[in-house]
Amino acid sequence: MLAADPLFFRGLSLAVVVIVIVKVLIVFVVGLVATMFMVWFERKIISGMQNRVGPNKAGPWGLLQTLADGIKLFFKEDLVPERADSFVFKLAPFLAFVPAFLVWCVIPLGGDFSNGRGGLVTIAGHRTLVQLADPPIGILLVLMLSSIAVYGIMLAGWSSGSKYPLLGSVRASAQMVSYEAALGLSIGSVLLVAGTLSTNGIVIAQNTISRWHIIATGVVPFVIFVIAGTAELNRPPFDLVEAESELVSGFNTEYSSLRFALFYLAEFMNTVTMSAIIVTLFLGGPQPITIGDTTLNLHLGPFSGTVWFLLKLFIFLYMYVWLRATLPRLRYDQLMNLGWKVLIPIALGWFMLLAALRVARDEGWNRVVVGVVCAVVLAFSYLLLTAAVRTSSKNREKEGAMF
Amino acid sequence: MIAVENINVGQQVGFGIIALMMIVGAIRVVTNKNVVHAALWLVVVLAGAAAQYLLLAAEFVAVTQVLVYIGAVMVLFLFGTMLTRSKVGNDENLDNRNGAMIGIPVALLLLGTLTYGLLKTYKAERLPLKNTPFNIQQLSDSIFSHYLLPFWALSFVLLAAVIGAIVLARRD
Repeated sequence: MLAADPLFFRGLSLAVVVIVIVKVLIVFVVGLVATMFMVWFERKIISGMQNRVGPNKAGPWGLLQTLADGIKLFFKEDLVPERADSFVFKLAPFLAFVPAFLVWCVIPLGGDFSNGRGGLVTIAGHRTLVQLADPPIGILLVLMLSSIAVYGIMLAGWSSGSKYPLLGSVRASAQMVSYEAALGLSIGSVLLVAGTLSTNGIVIAQNTISRWHIIATGVVPFVIFVIAGTAELNRPPFDLVEAESELVSGFNTEYSSLRFALFYLAEFMNTVTMSAIIVTLFLGGPQPITIGDTTLNLHLGPFSGTVWFLLKLFIFLYMYVWLRATLPRLRYDQLMNLGWKVLIPIALGWFMLLAALRVARDEGWNRVVVGVVCAVVLAFSYLLLTAAVRTSSKNREKEGAMF
Repeated sequence: MIAVENINVGQQVGFGIIALMMIVGAIRVVTNKNVVHAALWLVVVLAGAAAQYLLLAAEFVAVTQVLVYIGAVMVLFLFGTMLTRSKVGNDENLDNRNGAMIGIPVALLLLGTLTYGLLKTYKAERLPLKNTPFNIQQLSDSIFSHYLLPFWALSFVLLAAVIGAIVLARRD
């Protein structure tokens, strides 16, 4: 199992320290620029879909609009409501913002994955990965950070000392905690196939298009991950957290100025981050498209990995914008039903199926028989679940409406 | 103690700082009058424990600690608090005045038992300073071979908790 970055194998020297600092800067700048770009991209695409012009005054094609908005927010009055819990109120935006940033540390942003080179590139005589860190726990760090990001939203709503933000944050934390389970279970399927937790290892495992995890895990975990990821981001159609018609603006209603800007940035950065995670987990990250032995070569030398990564990233950025422009918001009970009664059981069942097939392969059992047995077990579980759901909804009807 | 060779000074200093932070956090948990602040101090303590694991190069345990305790348990705790009492501010009834009579002896007893157990079992044995690269595969191998029975027992505890939750929530 390849884990550590070979950059540190020969001890620390000035060049190594400089490379690390440059990497940190790149991750930081890429994060900020990507967020600014994402805001512009979303507004521009949606305006196109709605037959409007969108931002077009600041800079070419309105590219500097986000910067202008940011400067405007910076000079706004910084309000703290009288009934707010001042310390937690000030802490919350950072709790939302920092995890969104940190995820970028473990995402492979490029590199050379051809001929088993494992994403290593040579910079000034030092071989290194084009990612800030590659800890052996890789993808678990992403899950950990997404579970910390819940705090930002939850505490923001609570500390505002006002009703709508509180309702928004209660909704948000319930939603994020629920969908994290489905998210984790679909990541489980990927890990089962890749056999490693390290993000670099996951990318290495996907060296041809048939071994991209979207295909190798059988599409289902990918679909679950995208849906659960959208819910985790609180983006439409799962944006009940800030349902304008019900909650003003949800958890960030009382925020203004720079603190609001931080929430806003975190939201858009999370969208880019989630797309990057999907690309890394399911679409081979910076790996080029390889069918059989033929590789689609971009002839860009060391940058081709990064270009592939960006191309794949754009698919998902566009998808998220598209979803926002087209889909209406779900009702709250629909959201919870989808999470608990559909996504989690399917993810769990699919994980079991993949694990059983894996064991069958290792032990040399007949895979068809194993598959049929699994299908029977899954069908039985499905019947049991539907029976349980039907009984409980009947009982609830008998009792009358609860709230 | 200072004369002992093979001591990792950086690690010891880190341990001291984090331990101090955890102690302060733990005291604030029980003395705080604001229930959400108390919960946040508890988060500090749990994060400190995760940091200690990191110092011991047990990153998997550290991440699991954060995922399970900070990411799930405390979030549910705060969630429950928000649903039931949304009041921002102090709650004078939060302090359990007679608690010290029971709490302090129990805490001392726990400390004594743990210290006795650790000293008795390990005596002068120390973790090797030259830390071998930590491998999650080794960890999972030992969980699913040597420690399979405790692992199963733990799963049954969780199953019992789930069933208990269903029994509590059911109304028919």
